[in-house]
Amino acid sequence: MWAILTLLVENKPGILFKVTHLFRSRNFNIDSISVGVTDNPEYSRMTITTFGDEKQVEQIVKQLDKMIDTIEVKHLDEHKTVYRELSIFKIKLSNANDSMEINKLANAYGGKIHDVRKGSIMVELTATPDQIRAFEELAKPFGIIEVARTGVAALERGGYEN
Amino acid sequence: METMTGARALMVAMEKEGVKEVFGLPGGANLPMYDEFARCNIRHILVRHEQSAAHMADGFGRVSRKPGVCFATSGPGATNILTGLATAQADSSPMIAVTGQVPVAMIGKDAFQESDIIGMANPVLKYSFQPRSANEIPLVVKKAFYISETGRPGPVLIDIPKDVQQKEASMIFPDEFKILGYHPWTDPDIVHIERAIEMLLSSERPIILAGGGAIISSAFAEVQSIAELLMIPVVTTFKGKGAFPENHPLSLGPIGMHGHAEANKMMIEADCVLAIGTRFSDRSVGTFEAFEKRLKIIHMDVDPAEIGKNQTTSVAIIGDVRASLRIMIKILMQKAIKRTEENIWIKHVKETKAYWKENLKLHPGEMGAAKILRKLRELLPHESIVTTEVGQHQMWASLFYDVIQPGTFFSSTGLGTMGWGFPAAIGAKVARPNVPVVDIAGDGSFSMTENSLATAVLEDIPVIVFLLNNFSLGMVAQWQRTFYNRRMIGVDQGKCPDYVKLAESYGAQGIRAQSMDELDKAIKTALKSDVATVIDIPIDPEEDVLPFVAPGTSLADMILPS
Repeated sequence: MWAILTLLVENKPGILFKVTHLFRSRNFNIDSISVGVTDNPEYSRMTITTFGDEKQVEQIVKQLDKMIDTIEVKHLDEHKTVYRELSIFKIKLSNANDSMEINKLANAYGGKIHDVRKGSIMVELTATPDQIRAFEELAKPFGIIEVARTGVAALERGGYEN
Repeated sequence: METMTGARALMVAMEKEGVKEVFGLPGGANLPMYDEFARCNIRHILVRHEQSAAHMADGFGRVSRKPGVCFATSGPGATNILTGLATAQADSSPMIAVTGQVPVAMIGKDAFQESDIIGMANPVLKYSFQPRSANEIPLVVKKAFYISETGRPGPVLIDIPKDVQQKEASMIFPDEFKILGYHPWTDPDIVHIERAIEMLLSSERPIILAGGGAIISSAFAEVQSIAELLMIPVVTTFKGKGAFPENHPLSLGPIGMHGHAEANKMMIEADCVLAIGTRFSDRSVGTFEAFEKRLKIIHMDVDPAEIGKNQTTSVAIIGDVRASLRIMIKILMQKAIKRTEENIWIKHVKETKAYWKENLKLHPGEMGAAKILRKLRELLPHESIVTTEVGQHQMWASLFYDVIQPGTFFSSTGLGTMGWGFPAAIGAKVARPNVPVVDIAGDGSFSMTENSLATAVLEDIPVIVFLLNNFSLGMVAQWQRTFYNRRMIGVDQGKCPDYVKLAESYGAQGIRAQSMDELDKAIKTALKSDVATVIDIPIDPEEDVLPFVAPGTSLADMILPS
């Protein structure tokens, strides 16, 4: 099972190290991780995606929750969550039509074109990891030169209803 | 507000926490702290190796249930305490380690005696601090003690750069503070406790499995009340040994790899287990396959992450186990539930226990392990504290030394750290100077920290080392005899050193006991002695620890003496 975890942590040096160390020492794996400060500069939010069966994910959440520097740890329900990842693809331009084709493809996925040069084009795509993978498949025949991905950022839908 | 150096603030803050003793060894990067011993009421106890300082603090912490404190300098001083931190973490022992660090500006420059101890120790710590300015120190110390001793206890490291120790600042010693992400206590859920009671009452063959958590939370009276009210037999893990008096008619002793035969037998027959503060470690339960298929597990633990980590449970009760048991007792009292009739299960348990008391084959010689440890038990007052090293002697202690007063037996059970017992005994004696403290030792394990004899003698801490000497790394030798076709590799320690002379060379007392008469006299002499004593007891190097559950097998596959 693919799981999205969200962690509210104290914004202090060394926390990212401790979180990733916990994954290593407990034999869990990290699929992606992203960290950024929140509206309150004292806290950061980490979004971690991981693979594991239900028991493993439950254990990961408990171990993360036990960490003193984590204020809140949640396993998010994909269907009730907005989650996106930013990716940048550098793709080869070999034929005359490539630029147009890639442009169409990027548009279809809601991507943006950057830095068109003689031999290459860059596409920025913010989407779910699945969509990014699908785009990647379609871009492959053109020749992908490099890819950079940020890892998922996620927030649960809904607010303070009560 | 008062102006003082960081080092001074450290000592003042520790005095406020009630610290009276520190175990340690000075060096370049912690000299400012050491200089402060001249001006405070904290006693410094000098060790010969920092690992021993950590084990002493650990032993002190387990006995007093307040964090023991150890000091080490930067670099190798700090790395030398790593094993001690890992030991304390594995056994949930409260401890504060304070290390010196190179000055802030030198960190990351590979300075002399620099080590990233915060990074290295991270996985074996409950928490760590590295104050970067002197005025942080009072709050850091306050938080460190709070974190170390609350909830599931554990070691906390405070790593202080030398310039932070030296700098002066206005210090505020706070009484109140918040740690947002730390909630050490959970109130036990009464609904779950009621469900657990129903389960225990409706089961035919209930059993209590008391783990280390029962000892840490001092739930001795509570475990006994539940056992007696519901007439349930009690087994323990090895860490939980002595959570329940081992001379009680309902006591079966520890289960596990070298558990009591009757305990292992009854554990696998039980259909409902009340597990109190245990993580179901591999050494305790072996593989789960032999257990009753319909076994219901009621799991009480202070640490929510233990629920479901190693074993799926039927009912989980999260919270301090003593508090949970008290609620359970209250409900039983209110409902006037008390069993007085011995049912078939209890009769079966008692018969099994009696059978194994009678029929477990022991070493035939005069100086067999069982006879030696039963002699020690006979002569030691019940309130005496026993620590052990790690190896065969440790398992013989588990089998043949009955703990009568709960909470008087301590061992490195999780990490299995050879060399732990002797320094831990010194720490225990500092915490409880008026009771005899005995380290049940083997020669292999004792060798690792035997230089703590210097501390015991110079600091006047008269503990007893009860050394079962088989001139070898006996447990490894046993595995080589059992699983490696008697190819004995790297286990012979020879008659080196002579432990009587070794003790004497440190100014301690050394006594060799080669017969039961000599042993009797030696124990009596040691108990009266005001210097540390090593009783060297030569034993048969071929004696195995039995019963023995081979690793990866189940408690049903116990190897018994033939």
